[in-house]
Parts: sequence; structure tokens; C-alpha cells
Amino acid sequence: MEFEAVIGLEVHAQLLTDTKIFCSCKNRFGDSPNTNVCPVCLGMPGSLPVLNRKAVEYAVKAAIALNCKINSSSIFARKHYFYPDLPKAYQITQYELPFAEHGWIEIENGDGTKKRIRIRRIHMEEDAGKTLHGDSFDQNSYVDLNRAGTPLVEIVSEPDISSPEEARLYMQKLRDILVWIGVNDGNLEEGSLRCDANISIRPEGSDKLGTRAEIKNVNSFRFIQKAIEYEIGRQIKLVKGGGEVVQETRLYDSQKNITKTMRTKEEAEDYRYFPEPDLPPLIIDSQWLDSIKESLPTLPDEVRGRFVKDYSLTSYDASVLVRDRKLAEFFEETVSSYSGEPKKAANFIISDFLGILNEEKKELSDASVKAEDIAELLLLVDKGVVSLRVAKEDILPEMVKFGGKPEEIVKKKGLIQISDESELINIVKKALVKNEKAVEQYRSGDEKKKTKAVKFLIGQVMKETRGKANPKILNDLIPKVLDETE
Amino acid sequence: MKLSKEQVKHIALLSRLSLTEDKVEMFQEQLSDILTFVEKLSELDTKGIDPKFQIIPQENVLRKDISGMSFPYEKTFMNAPETNGKHFIVPKVVKK
Repeated sequence: MEFEAVIGLEVHAQLLTDTKIFCSCKNRFGDSPNTNVCPVCLGMPGSLPVLNRKAVEYAVKAAIALNCKINSSSIFARKHYFYPDLPKAYQITQYELPFAEHGWIEIENGDGTKKRIRIRRIHMEEDAGKTLHGDSFDQNSYVDLNRAGTPLVEIVSEPDISSPEEARLYMQKLRDILVWIGVNDGNLEEGSLRCDANISIRPEGSDKLGTRAEIKNVNSFRFIQKAIEYEIGRQIKLVKGGGEVVQETRLYDSQKNITKTMRTKEEAEDYRYFPEPDLPPLIIDSQWLDSIKESLPTLPDEVRGRFVKDYSLTSYDASVLVRDRKLAEFFEETVSSYSGEPKKAANFIISDFLGILNEEKKELSDASVKAEDIAELLLLVDKGVVSLRVAKEDILPEMVKFGGKPEEIVKKKGLIQISDESELINIVKKALVKNEKAVEQYRSGDEKKKTKAVKFLIGQVMKETRGKANPKILNDLIPKVLDETE
Repeated sequence: MKLSKEQVKHIALLSRLSLTEDKVEMFQEQLSDILTFVEKLSELDTKGIDPKFQIIPQENVLRKDISGMSFPYEKTFMNAPETNGKHFIVPKVVKK
């Protein structure tokens, strides 16, 4: 019997507010332990939570971008459990009435087929603190409550995901959207985005759901895929061997690439939810909702479609450009000050500019290169002032490393393309003397050898002039000189 | 309302308390008394009344996203049973 997997993901995303969800402590990663704490997030008796307006707005932004229906009225609840990183011994979350439901996002599989993954609900809640465990000889754990009270949205998908790859694509798409609209920094390593996966298997084509296992806290795109792959394999092997999947929570061990039991159903938490009496209901009326909608940027899928339509980019190039909103904006700015083909600008940005940024370990935002500089550089190439090679290898790296305008760099470093025929003839003649073999090859009369020799000689001249010679002119000039000097 | 011993033990487990058998009996009695007292409320006829999550007619009490003062260490750790000056120290807890 063949089996198919049924997967649902619960993703926790931290919201990029300046302060925590229920108090005015800073919401900041990496500060000294327990410096951003106050009576509210320390859970001191008598302190009261007050909801952060910005956190609501960011959560609603996320929900709109994920095509959810926003509930005009929602309430908060207490979820009880005992753990040292939860000072109140309950987490304020939403249970019965979440603020958003019934959304979806679309993922694109490797073969280009699109699939819609439905989102069941999104609710707001507070993050817990962090517990650090000492080494095996240390009998203590250490609690840092800076993270306690960080605003979160929990995004719960329907079990519409059917492969480990789809799970990764869903998570990546979710990340891209949240980063794009500016509500999350997308940093999985720092825990800004965390994922739990519910996994079950069933005979192929069946519409019944099998017993599911939940895998907790998988913290990279690669591990999401690998953990789910492992878990599906484990369940299939178990069932084929006559066993049964039990409902339990499992932990992924990325070093061994296995999942193992963390707690079984019998030990399952009993959270004893009840409405949070310290917080009044949250009402999001149409006026507030409209103003949040207006503040949303155009979403990546729409921008990608526009890039393909308006600028004749390939779907792939457009996807690369919309992975980052700043990059998409950079591209559009470049195109607006560049009179050549947008596709040229896209190629140059994707394969050259991003490559150099990557080599220099710089982000688009910390490089001083402006979109208009890229446009100016492309124009210099189009006008034949510099060769494309010089633009890529000399000017662009200089711009990224030290800043400066393309034209200034061209002047300063003497990079103007040599297109003057008499100057080029002299250079070619010198090259011919140095490369007798190639000259012989050319004169052998064989067409293939001839082309090869010309190509080689162009390369030599380019090397000699450090890329400054105009290759288009050389292409005609070299055979001409060779034929004339025979 | 009478709580069973099993219910008391379950609550103790959730609260991370270990109880001796005589304590279980003591809490069984005390918790049952409390529940019986609160049960008096269900004598009221609530037919036709919408369930309420809140008794004060308030909504949307919100604050601006502006940071304020946080606690200095001496206040944060004032009541902490144990600290190293930067963290709260607790007995080692195994994975959640």
C-alpha cells in the first residue's frame, strides 16, 4: 500500500514593534539578560497588561497579507502551564475568538505548479522568556525574561500540505510576505520565526486523517524539510510493520536527523484556558481596518506579475527581485532612470550586483550604491564608453567597496573603452608578435581553427588592456589586421 | 462539588507539586469546599443572557508603541530566591 502525508504547520512570528505587547519594555534581541523587564512582564502581583496598538496593527497587516478575514471583535485568554520562563504561570493568548481566520497563501512547486494552502486562524499572543541550561555538572537553569512579552502572531495552517518540500515552500513564502510588509525580520536563527509541524499519514487517496504527531520548534528551512521527511518515513515504516502511530509531541534532533518522543498524549498539557479578565475585548472596526489596509505595500506576488508584464522579465528573475522589497524597489528605481531594456538592468542587478554584495558580505541597504548609479553605469556600457567587462569587474566592485559615481571611477582609474581603431591596431599588432602560435593557427586556413584563434587573440588583447579594448571592434579588426599583414 | 483524589493528583502534577497521600486528602477536602461555595452561583437563572467574557463595558484599551523605563537589576532580583546578578537561577529543568 502506498501512503500519503498530511501536514499542517503552526508558525510563530515575532512582531517588529519597538516595545512589548503588554508593557512598555523594549522589544529587542541580544540585549543583556533581564534588562528589558518590568512588573508586567515579570508577572508581579498587581501589575496589569495594556495592549500595544502597533502590535495589533502589525498583526492585522499580516492577516490581510495572508488573505484572512478579520474578526471585528476578538478576546484574549489565559493559557496555563508551569515553566520557569513563564513568570505569570499563564500565557496571554487568544483561544475562542482569534482576531483573524480563513486565509490562504499560494506556493509554487519546483515544477511550476501552484497550490493554495489554507490558513485556519491567526491569533495574537505573548512570547515566553528564555531558559539557559548549564552543563551536565551544573544543577541550575538560568532564566532571562527579556523575550517575555514579545508580541507574536501564531499562524495555523489547515492540513493542506502534502510533502516536506511543500512545507518548506509554505514557510519560506510566509517569511517572505511577513518580511515584505515589515512586520517580522525573518531571522529564523534568532527565533523570530519558529515552526511546529503536525504530521500524519494515510493510505493514498483516502480522505480520513491518521493519528498525528507534532514536531516542535524546528528552526531552519532545511530542518523543516528534513524533520518532516524523517517523520513521514518513521510513520510509514511503523504502520507497514503492523504498528500504530500514537498521538504525541516529538522533538527534532538536527545533529542525528531524527525525531524523538518528548511527551505522549497521557502527559499532554492541560492548559485550562479561560478568558483573560485583565484585557477588554479588541474591536477592529472598518475604519481602523481600512487605515491599516491603506498602509500595506503592494504584495510580492502582485509586484512579480507586474515585473513580468511591464518589463518582460522571466518569472524566475522577477521572483528573485521580489524576494526582498528593498531589492524590488531598487530595481524599479534603476529602470526609471535607465533608458535601455529593463531586462538588462535585471540581469546586471541579479547576476553582478547581488554577487558582489554577497562577496563583500554587504546588504543592499549598507552599500552606498544608488539605483541611479547602476543606471548610469549601464548607460556608459550602452554608449560604448566602457566595456561590459570593465563595468562588472572594475567599476561595480569599486562602487560597492568604496562608493563613488561610475563616471568619476572611469576617469580616476582610466577605464574608458578603447574604440579608436588606429590605437587598437597598434595594440593588436603587438599582440600578434607575442602570440605566434595563434597567428599560425589562423593562417592554417581551417575555419574552425581560424575562429578559435581570433577568439584567443581577443582574449589576449582584453587581458593586455585590462578589459578596456572594445571587443566588438576587435572582432572585425583582428582578422583584418591578420589578413593585411599576411 | 466533590473532587476525586485523581483530580487532585492531576492538578498537583500540572502545578509541578508532589503531594504526600495525607496532603492529597487535605486538598481534596479544601478544594471541594471552595468549589461547593462557588457552585452557589449556578443557582441563578441565566436563561436568555448572553455569555460575557467581561463585566466592565470597555473595549480597546490600548497603549502607544513608545518605550518606557524598565527595572534596574536590584529591583528585578529583589524577591528572587536565587540569582547570579543577571539571571534568575532555578533548579535545572529538563526540556519542555
